[in-house]
Amino acid sequence: MLSGVCKVSPAHGVMGLISQDLLFHRGVMIFTNVLMNAVIGGILIGLSASWLFLSLGRVAGISGIVSQAIKQPGTLWPVMFVIGLGAGGWITAFFLSPTANRLAIEPVWLIVGGLIVGFGTRLGSGCTSGHGVCGIARLSPRSMVATMIFVGFGMLTATLLRDLGVIEA
Amino acid sequence: MKPIAALVAGLIFGVGLVLSGMTEPGNVINFLNISPNWSPALILVMGSALVVTGVGYRLGGRRSAPLFDTTFHRPAAKQIDRRLMIGAGLFGIGWGIAGYCPGPAIVGAFSLDSRALLFVAAYVVGTLVFELWERSVQARAALADG
Repeated sequence: MLSGVCKVSPAHGVMGLISQDLLFHRGVMIFTNVLMNAVIGGILIGLSASWLFLSLGRVAGISGIVSQAIKQPGTLWPVMFVIGLGAGGWITAFFLSPTANRLAIEPVWLIVGGLIVGFGTRLGSGCTSGHGVCGIARLSPRSMVATMIFVGFGMLTATLLRDLGVIEA
Repeated sequence: MKPIAALVAGLIFGVGLVLSGMTEPGNVINFLNISPNWSPALILVMGSALVVTGVGYRLGGRRSAPLFDTTFHRPAAKQIDRRLMIGAGLFGIGWGIAGYCPGPAIVGAFSLDSRALLFVAAYVVGTLVFELWERSVQARAALADG
């Protein structure tokens, strides 16, 4: 995400990915290392999932929470979770203003992808967060199988469509 | 307390997602698309998240009940059935096409990213189509039983 401010050229190789750079943006000190940010971001996601389980006894599966917020808007906690998710992301994006690796994709593919993800996550009872993070953390065999399938099909689809030029890489 | 606890959980999740880079679909595609630009970042996000979650669940699960509810709501389903596998397969295909899964898409939509807004609109329609389909399946099953 931040490789726009920390250009990792092939000349830097692996050391370029591991070395840590600091940068001030809008007065906030941030890390500019892509892999370090991935780990820190993941830890925060894990803390959020742990807190939701400790406080409400709920699994932090986004697709499940969103579908509850749509189906029963009268139940407040899923709605509040979604609002928090959007607000937390918006505030962070304001400070980091990520621009690197921006994917240009045709609207029709966003619509097709969105429809399939909406239907598929409900049919399969979960997405990256519910199965990939929370489910595997619970050592659920269902979630392990689901995660292997969606990561496998995700790689197959992304690679084939872009190799064949159906979607511009 | 429930809505506030959920709001806090959502906030931390949103901060983590943006920091991890996964709200930019380009970074997700750089993992899913096996190419010279391949990046392992997504594995690190999921891996570190699930390790922390695993520890959190262990510690939290020692209690007889969560802080603000009377019982833990662990998913009950155990069976690895066709629905799970076909659903996961479909989700993977959509993910590989657009580079968005539900969490990052919602964060992007709140930030008024036009790509995420379009994806989320279609995603909500997909969720509603599933609900309608599910209801018709159940109605037909009830008819068959009756």
